[in-house]
Amino acid sequence: MATTITIKNLTKRFGKVVAVNNISLTVELGTFLTLLGPSGCGKTTLLRCIAGLEDPDEGEIYVGDKIVFSRPRGISIPPGQRELGMVFQNYALWPHMTVYKNLTFALEIKKMSRAQMDERVKEALAEVQMDGYGDRYPREMSGGQQQRIALARMLAYRPKVFLMDEPLSNLDARLRMDMRGELKRLHHVAGATTIYVTHDQLEALTMSSTIAVMKLGVIQQLDTPDRVYHYPANLFVADFIGNPKVNLMDGLVKGNNLVNLGKFNIPMKTYGATGEVVVAVRPEDIGISSQPVDGAVPFSAYSVLPAGSDSTIIARLDGMEVTIKVSGISKIKMDERIWLRFEPEALNLYDKKSGELIAS
Amino acid sequence: MADALAAPLPRSQRIQADIRRFFHWLTSPHVFLALIMLVLMAYMVIVPLYRMVRTTITFSENDLRYAKGAVIGDYTLFHWTRMLTSKIASVMTFQPLLHSLTISLGATFLAFTIGGTLAWLVIRTDLPARNLINVLAVVPYIMPSWTIAMAWKVMFNNGTTGGIPGMLMFWTGTPPPDWIAYGPLPIIISSGLHYYTFFYLFVSAALMSIDSSLEEAGELAGASRARILGKITFPLVVPALLSGFIMTFAKVMGTFGGPNVLGVPVRYYTLSTMIRSNIAVGAFGDAFVLAITLILFSMTTIYINQRIVGTRKSYETIGGRGFMAQKTKLLNMKNIIAAVVISFQVVVATGPLILLLWSTLMLRSGDYSLSNLSLVHWIGKSDLKVNNGEPGVLRNPAIYRAAWNSIKLSVMTAFFTALLGIILGYSIVKGRGTRLAKITEQLAFIPYVIPGIAFGAVYITMFAKPVGPIPALYGTFALLVIVSVAKHIPYSSRSGVSAMLQVGRELEEAAAVAGANSWRRFRHIIFPLTSAGFISGFLLTFITTMRELSLIILLVTPATALLASLTMRYSENGNEQQANAVIIILIVLVLIGNFVIGRFSKGSLQKGLGG
Repeated sequence: MATTITIKNLTKRFGKVVAVNNISLTVELGTFLTLLGPSGCGKTTLLRCIAGLEDPDEGEIYVGDKIVFSRPRGISIPPGQRELGMVFQNYALWPHMTVYKNLTFALEIKKMSRAQMDERVKEALAEVQMDGYGDRYPREMSGGQQQRIALARMLAYRPKVFLMDEPLSNLDARLRMDMRGELKRLHHVAGATTIYVTHDQLEALTMSSTIAVMKLGVIQQLDTPDRVYHYPANLFVADFIGNPKVNLMDGLVKGNNLVNLGKFNIPMKTYGATGEVVVAVRPEDIGISSQPVDGAVPFSAYSVLPAGSDSTIIARLDGMEVTIKVSGISKIKMDERIWLRFEPEALNLYDKKSGELIAS
Repeated sequence: MADALAAPLPRSQRIQADIRRFFHWLTSPHVFLALIMLVLMAYMVIVPLYRMVRTTITFSENDLRYAKGAVIGDYTLFHWTRMLTSKIASVMTFQPLLHSLTISLGATFLAFTIGGTLAWLVIRTDLPARNLINVLAVVPYIMPSWTIAMAWKVMFNNGTTGGIPGMLMFWTGTPPPDWIAYGPLPIIISSGLHYYTFFYLFVSAALMSIDSSLEEAGELAGASRARILGKITFPLVVPALLSGFIMTFAKVMGTFGGPNVLGVPVRYYTLSTMIRSNIAVGAFGDAFVLAITLILFSMTTIYINQRIVGTRKSYETIGGRGFMAQKTKLLNMKNIIAAVVISFQVVVATGPLILLLWSTLMLRSGDYSLSNLSLVHWIGKSDLKVNNGEPGVLRNPAIYRAAWNSIKLSVMTAFFTALLGIILGYSIVKGRGTRLAKITEQLAFIPYVIPGIAFGAVYITMFAKPVGPIPALYGTFALLVIVSVAKHIPYSSRSGVSAMLQVGRELEEAAAVAGANSWRRFRHIIFPLTSAGFISGFLLTFITTMRELSLIILLVTPATALLASLTMRYSENGNEQQANAVIIILIVLVLIGNFVIGRFSKGSLQKGLGG
């Protein structure tokens, strides 16, 4: 029942603001694609263009082989005929209809028989573990329950593609965590191609099979969560993903495979780059020791923040500040002298001017 | 599958694509509805305005008497120079303008003083019986605006211009002086007492919206009570006060009933009554010059108000609906003040009704003694000795016809207004940000700046002759419906927009994704969710149309007479008792309507006070 989605040269402007800027993208069969980015990056607009709720100014959109939008051909198929389902940020449950009516609204349009509808509703409610809630009105349920019903409403008419616009952002932290697991399971079982919009990197990393990181209407990187995390395509992605934030250190290439970071040099692959660069390293990829270690750089512990399962240490060396994450409660004291080790394979090198990743 | 994108499409396909795109744009419901609304509003508002302006710069048949050698249809500034610079300009234009300004200013000051004081007493002091005061304050505004003027006549008529001598003259034997019986003073008092409700609601809402923590902060800073009132409270309500002032001013400028009852008999003309008398003699060009003058005045005041409301909104973000911690203590004065306030309100609310009722119960006109009371004016048969042979109002088919017309007009206006409201609200809210929606919203605002009497005037020539597919409408009932609906467009669009804003756009989008077409979305999602607004809009329009006079006075004919116009006709013909009986019937109908509103929607009269 799943299908692919192909987007070609899509552009959408609001007045002078370009919300989506010439995006081309193919979403493969059964993919869980997350559009991730800060607010105003165009992720929701892109999703709404796919759904047919906005008409793009340029480009084409295909669902499977079917053209659903084409500016050059003047085609725009109404949302209801694109065989997509959507979950809205605020759920958009119709307040004047019971859960049952909410779920059967689309089925009635398809002229389904009463028995069939009952069957579908039962199935969909079971899938979101809301059996027996058919007679409730939306306002008689909690936020988490409404969220499940919104999901069930989409499941009930079995669309080929699931579109979700920040569906978990109105839930509290705990519920959000539970729902992440359920949504991922649901996608696994249903196997429908899913496009998911969020500004929460944790949601993106935990649930997606592919992440598209967006900024100012342009996709910065389209990759697996693993690669997005470990090999960010540019400084924006590197900085946006990861908590605590990635360490970005200004440096100068000192000949082959050696970078000067001001007070010290570190060996790393430079792929023939020269001049000013930025070295990025994840906080958990930095080795830390309270004893002098060969090849390690002496820093002083500026602040130590233990948080149960892991601890964050902020280290300083003159004007330079580095964040390190270690597991467990750290024994390091504040102002203690510490030695940091930067493993060459954990470092990413970026061109200072363009901000792009320098790789082979 | 999508390989064609790179290569340019052939010309024929490009044109086809353009056509498809245009069709797609046109068939999105908010665009389609907005276009229909634009055409409708152009027909109902823009064209009439254009025709009115054109009439003022063309010679008509009527002008041949004054302008030698004029050719009908020629362009001319004749009407403008005649009304603004000739010898009659003073009598025709400037005196009425001065009178209008006098009355508006006077009535606004009176309304402000009464309404503002009451609002302060109710909201900011520990005055007892506040709920009762609240209810009584709304009563004068529910009644037609000229009710108090008619009652004034019953009380103070001195016989100078004929008519039935007043009660005062009957009891004391001496006629009250002219300046009490007629002219600016009674018009100001009767309008001021009608419009004080407006001020009361305006100011009390403003006072209520001040967050008490703002004042408490002042108190903690060591400011005295007087200083807090002067430096914090007052500046916060000033914009609301000014706004209420300007709105009331503009409303009184366009009022017709009071000046017609109390001004015209002594030739104290205002712009509105002067427009009417010019139209009565067929001098449309001259009347329209006055109407345009009136519109310009109204536009200016409303423009100023918009500017002030703009700043007022920035205050609204400061104040929440805070709990009023401290109220001024009136101490042992509070019962006395409450008694004074309530008796004043009771007199204003019921006094006019009692006077009017009394006058309808007199067998011989002008004899107010109890022995003269009779029901002949209500249920008497036609008798040449009484009322020029007119039967009692409850036996008079003309009254029933007018009542039926009034109800029919109100129901139809209310229905179409509510319907337009939803359509306008939909196309404006869904099209937010597009130029089309902006134009629709602005166009919908225009009738607001045109006073009722001028609006009616606009419609006289508009449909005198058939225009295209539209038949001649003058004298028809349909014209009354059209003008009433057109005048209500600003209110309907405003309430439609706010009703539609309460329906999140996702609710409709979810239905669209589920496969519902626009009609299904409207029927199953939009309409059920806005129906409460639809019903309260319907009822409010019903009562405002019921008591509307200045809008329709120029357009009614004997066949399409309404209760409101009938009171004026009887009053002008000297059948004052009939007139008063009719106004009582009208008030009863309005009160019934208001009662129904109270049942359906709580406190919605305050919302509808823009009408």
